[in-house]
Amino acid sequence: MNQAVQAAAPAQKRKPKETGVPDNKKYLHPLLAKNYGNWKYHDRPRPGVLHHVSHTGDEVWSVRAGTQRQMDVYTIRKLCDIADNFAEGRVRFTIRSNIEFIVSEEAKVAPLIAELESSGFPVGGTGNSVTMIAHTQGWLHCDIPGTDASGVVKALMDELYDEFRREEMPNRVHLSTSCCEINCGGQADIAIIVQHTKPPKINHDLVANVCERPAVVARCPVAAIRPAMVNGKPSLEIDEAKCMCCGACYPPCPPMQINDPEYSKLAIWVGGKNSNARGKPTFMKMVASGLPNNAPRWPEVAEVVKNIISVYKADARPWERMADWIDRIGWPRFFEKTGLPFTKYLIDDWRGSRANLNASTHIRF
Amino acid sequence: MAKKLHDTPNLDQLEDGPWPSFVTGLKELAKDKDYVVDLLGQLEESYKTRKGYWKGGTVGVYGYGGGVIPRFTELKNEDGTPKFKDAAEFHTLRVMPPPGMHYDTATLRQFCDIWDKHGSGLIAFHGQSGDIMFQGATTDNVQKAFDEFNEMGFDLGGAGPAVRTSMSCVGAARCEQSCYDEARAHRAVLNTFLDDIHRPSLPYKFKFKFSGCPNDCMNSVQRADMAIIGTWRDNIRTDEALAKKWFAKHGMDELVNDVVARCPTKTFQLKEIGKVKAGEHISSVAVSDTHAVEINNQDCVRCMHCINVMTGALAAGTDKGATVLVGGKSHLKIGGLMGTVVIPFIKLDTDEGVEQLVDFAQRTIEFFAENALEHERTGEMIERIGLANFLDAMEIDVDPAMVNSPRMNPYVRTDGWDDEVAKINAKKNAA
Repeated sequence: MNQAVQAAAPAQKRKPKETGVPDNKKYLHPLLAKNYGNWKYHDRPRPGVLHHVSHTGDEVWSVRAGTQRQMDVYTIRKLCDIADNFAEGRVRFTIRSNIEFIVSEEAKVAPLIAELESSGFPVGGTGNSVTMIAHTQGWLHCDIPGTDASGVVKALMDELYDEFRREEMPNRVHLSTSCCEINCGGQADIAIIVQHTKPPKINHDLVANVCERPAVVARCPVAAIRPAMVNGKPSLEIDEAKCMCCGACYPPCPPMQINDPEYSKLAIWVGGKNSNARGKPTFMKMVASGLPNNAPRWPEVAEVVKNIISVYKADARPWERMADWIDRIGWPRFFEKTGLPFTKYLIDDWRGSRANLNASTHIRF
Repeated sequence: MAKKLHDTPNLDQLEDGPWPSFVTGLKELAKDKDYVVDLLGQLEESYKTRKGYWKGGTVGVYGYGGGVIPRFTELKNEDGTPKFKDAAEFHTLRVMPPPGMHYDTATLRQFCDIWDKHGSGLIAFHGQSGDIMFQGATTDNVQKAFDEFNEMGFDLGGAGPAVRTSMSCVGAARCEQSCYDEARAHRAVLNTFLDDIHRPSLPYKFKFKFSGCPNDCMNSVQRADMAIIGTWRDNIRTDEALAKKWFAKHGMDELVNDVVARCPTKTFQLKEIGKVKAGEHISSVAVSDTHAVEINNQDCVRCMHCINVMTGALAAGTDKGATVLVGGKSHLKIGGLMGTVVIPFIKLDTDEGVEQLVDFAQRTIEFFAENALEHERTGEMIERIGLANFLDAMEIDVDPAMVNSPRMNPYVRTDGWDDEVAKINAKKNAA
């Protein structure tokens, strides 16, 4: 066999083991495994600590700490060292990227907290705190981002650090950020989402080669895109009077650049809630827009978010989530108390929007 | 030792302040890795110009069509060469976590060692769909890293028009409010769809999420095509010792203002002990020598509020299971949609119950695959065809628990009314 044939011989490829979702039993703290499905109640001895009691009388303490989510291996190894030396080697992560250390003895809680905090991991995020912000990928890894995610979150959590470590809010406060209008960050009490303000800029030289044009046309929520010949090449054009600048065409057609350093703004939304507690789950509502995408610390965004949080903290009654509080005080008072301008852009005109208008004389004066 | 860091005056500002800094972490990695030196260089450029510089492509592992998020740099010099050549490829592996995201440190350390060797060393716990995101590997190293994760017992998650990675709450492992075995349901359902996870061929993404109670800690109602949310049918359980302990600590004002007044259906009442009713659907518990709480469970919507406030004193019943809602999604294309009730109650404490859930999931995905338009989520599909048609295809009987109210307009052709009534009566009589 000559060398050329040898080189062309297919390499032995490893077939994947399609094992799917792994069983979590072997990762559970032994007391969690033992008391699986048999817990009686819990309380919170201090912010950042959950104390669960089982019907068997067993008890566990979970200490919750904030992380940067995008973690380097040194940080993860440091967390593992803390788990091995000050806890019992078993941890879990929450949906908001907090880490929880589970221990079977109350005496381990204080030294564990001390070690975490001296290593730079704030302990908190439980109960009525402002917990870690659910975040997306942003400039670090996304292919369509209007802004960064980790940087916005870092800058905001620096500002909200004390509220993470305390439980002084009326109810829990969940925040999210999203780097485009797809809103991967999800519904939250307060959400920060990119809001584009100009139609995409089309590079007509590239559209025909890069984009599946009918699919792009179909993607537009307001049917503002149509096929066109531009400079003798098949491309797409936009009815700019119809376009509401959502950016839905950009992922399937990157030559339709929606992101703009100046015109991609940030909007603030409030009152989203996933829980069924008290009222049904609610979608969040846009209350501010036009904020500049001001990297690296987004001070204008932080100011609006901190203001909303402080007004809510001072004014809401115990157990009122953001949505419950606004239900009680009404939107006019929300805008009055926060000082945010209520503009015509906040009146819904999307499908089903008449249900968002006030069809009554219920008005608070 | 890696090459010298690029100047990053913008990113440097994210090292200030008390919250853990991802920039500091990246700089630690950059001490040994040219790869991360150049990643920082590109990210700094994004901070300067306020633009993203990654594009997708096609990178995968042998045997699978998805699970890797390819990223190639678009930040080029005039001659077309990458401006930050060592970070020109920065792909992510999405790996499915164990339900409830529990780990032992040995596993986390092994993840670190593998990713230190084959990747950038940057890991997110976890992405918004629940994946462990191993961020940053060259095309050549994706397969090597995957092989090692796979040998550990971990598998890739979904990407593109596929069944996506799922999440479940801490649930039965550590929460008294858990109404079913979330981990069991999670694995039973997801592991049925491994082909649809690993080989994207659906009209669009399909997400399952598993929350153990109506607090819905997995936010399933607004972001899962199928949300499985724990609930119960029988009466709220009570514990007098814990109820009295709660009342002694919190007092009458809090009981009235924070619990009684916040019950959404006003079924939670405070009564003098002598006036408390008894009955098949009544839960009651004394909070003091003079007063007691009375709940008529027929009027309770299982919102969780009173149980959240008075945990232990009040608890979910014992006839537990789940409500299944279909069609939750975020903004694009038609606007955000919550999932809607399709199965008001399903028992999940037996193999048979879990199999029923899996069967329903299979039939839903089959229907979705055949009937959804390209890039249409289940919620949009149901909005287009109407819930009644979806239920008909799923062979699920209509139920008033699926609606906020009956229809508010006459625009429906009802000449099949008598037949429908006859069918309902026949079913009733047969039961």
